[in-house]
Amino acid sequence: MIQFVLKNIGQRLVLLFFISIISHAIVHLAPGEPSLVDPSNPRMKAEDIQRIRAAFHLDEPLHIQYVYWMKDLFTGNLKSFKDNQPVLKKIWDRFLNSLPLFIVGTLITWFLAFPIGIQAALKRGSMFDKIGTFLSYALISIPGFFLSYICIIFMVKTFNVPVIGMRTFGLENAGIMLRSMDRVWHWTLPSLMSAVAGVAILSRYVRSQMLEVINQDYIRTARAKGLPETTVIYRHGLRNALLPFITMFGLTIPGLIGGSVIFETIFAWPGMGRLGFEAILARDFPVILTLNFISAILVLIGTFISDILYAVVDPRIKF
Amino acid sequence: MTETKNTQMVEGLKPTASLFEERWDIFKRNHLAYFSFIFLMVLFIFAIIGKILTRWVVLFDPKLVRLPEKFLPPLTPFTSKIIPTEEAPMFNMYILGTDELGRDLFARMLEGTSVSLTVGFIAVSISIFLGILFGGTAGYYGKFRWGFLTIDTIIMRFVDIMLCFPTFFLILTVVALLPPSIYNIMIIIGLTSWMGTARFVRAEFLSLRELDYVTAARSQAIPEWRIILIHMVPNAIAPVLVSATIGVATAILTESSLSFLGFGVQPPDATWGNILSDGKQFIFDAPWITFIPGFSILFVVLAFNLCGEGMREAFNPKLKEGV
Repeated sequence: MIQFVLKNIGQRLVLLFFISIISHAIVHLAPGEPSLVDPSNPRMKAEDIQRIRAAFHLDEPLHIQYVYWMKDLFTGNLKSFKDNQPVLKKIWDRFLNSLPLFIVGTLITWFLAFPIGIQAALKRGSMFDKIGTFLSYALISIPGFFLSYICIIFMVKTFNVPVIGMRTFGLENAGIMLRSMDRVWHWTLPSLMSAVAGVAILSRYVRSQMLEVINQDYIRTARAKGLPETTVIYRHGLRNALLPFITMFGLTIPGLIGGSVIFETIFAWPGMGRLGFEAILARDFPVILTLNFISAILVLIGTFISDILYAVVDPRIKF
Repeated sequence: MTETKNTQMVEGLKPTASLFEERWDIFKRNHLAYFSFIFLMVLFIFAIIGKILTRWVVLFDPKLVRLPEKFLPPLTPFTSKIIPTEEAPMFNMYILGTDELGRDLFARMLEGTSVSLTVGFIAVSISIFLGILFGGTAGYYGKFRWGFLTIDTIIMRFVDIMLCFPTFFLILTVVALLPPSIYNIMIIIGLTSWMGTARFVRAEFLSLRELDYVTAARSQAIPEWRIILIHMVPNAIAPVLVSATIGVATAILTESSLSFLGFGVQPPDATWGNILSDGKQFIFDAPWITFIPGFSILFVVLAFNLCGEGMREAFNPKLKEGV
């Protein structure tokens, strides 16, 4: 077991090393430099650009720049090109903003997808199943921002509530009830929108897993023993159908950065995705690289945890 | 006696339907998928006609700006006195209305159809090509060694690395750093989406390599490229084509998301994605500019998804005729 864990960690560290090299190369080899963002600014003189380039080590060869990046990252000295703030602190602040959205979105996804998927599998071919299938395809086919716009207009016109941003300005001195309601309204749409695609995909997946399990021999045996139907489905069926979802859980984590760019931009949510988007616009290489690196770490940790959990949960897996 | 005769007759006859026809019949029974397939075929014809009518025989001019005629709702007849009659829209009517510059929305949608589909198809072609190349190499030549690593290890670790990147963020980074061009978008979407195909093809090749007909082909000294391309790839292609159908849908959606952030296909080229994201500023004054491309994307992507899913079910070898 320990050997398995150690080997697993070792492999992941090697992967991480290559990921960092590749992402560093991609970002630095692409044309366009931080000093070129604002070429029409008359106050930018040639020697200023030279100074900036020297300060950010942009004139060094690529592998030296990589060493600088890694060194600064691990000593915590990495500064953003844009405002000279420490990168890790910037990302941490934004991460704290993204986290509630991610948690609420994930909860909505898992709590909706499982009942829908299980019901669809149990009543295969029924109206519920057909409508559910069609709706889930429709929901993954609609451009996310288009759906968000429709929902924003609907929410604002029907309920007359604010939905953009994290909170309403000027409510800082209001009562605790009013303030928390305001927060909840601001959370609702962004987390729903980021959960929509997840619900659609996951419920289909739950359905096909359940269908596969329900036709197994041990389910027939359980029924033949005369167990009540709920026990058969939820204790004997669902437990076995759940196994692959341990893997899926690890794979939802990169959504924290990649998937949220669009929604955080629409809802003006100061989270990690938007930080990444702003960094791309400003050619803020340290922030882009570090975000990429962190999300790769998150993926690797996620898959590592799910590998271990899989081995713990499934008695058929031996080391 | 009669039994042998029957067997002889049966063995002598060709199968009533080829494998493809049998699968096709299963596919047709799924009405939703079959309807989507027909819808897509109609759309392709529409896209080709649209390309001809907006590029070469210009009956619908998507670039013609008529400023006095802006924000006209769909089905407005052409009555303007200011605009010369030779600049009047086809049929003397703005079928889908006009946008903020008075351009005919129908003409722009017509042009966008072919551009959007081209983006989808070229991106997917690139990803399939890379997927078959890497997956096939890993599956067929996987045991060859290069130093202490096998080729299989190198390629599959590379796939793992690519899977660790947050895809949309990576696409956005590269698209934003490169000069804006429709080709860059296609290439980058293609370069970041081949990993699934590579895994499929590798798995298929690993099992195909051991089959008798490949051994037979090898024993006849058929060159390896011929074994791979003519004997093995066609047998591994079904799941790849299914995922390609869904891949086109994903590419169209990705392009529209990029357009939303301002990094999509740049004007004057119209795609559904950039018509939609331009229209969103006028959603209250001119909702049709948002809703027409929005629902077009929804229906087309839905059709690709349903069609792909129907094909996946029909080509699933576990699903036999009559079950």
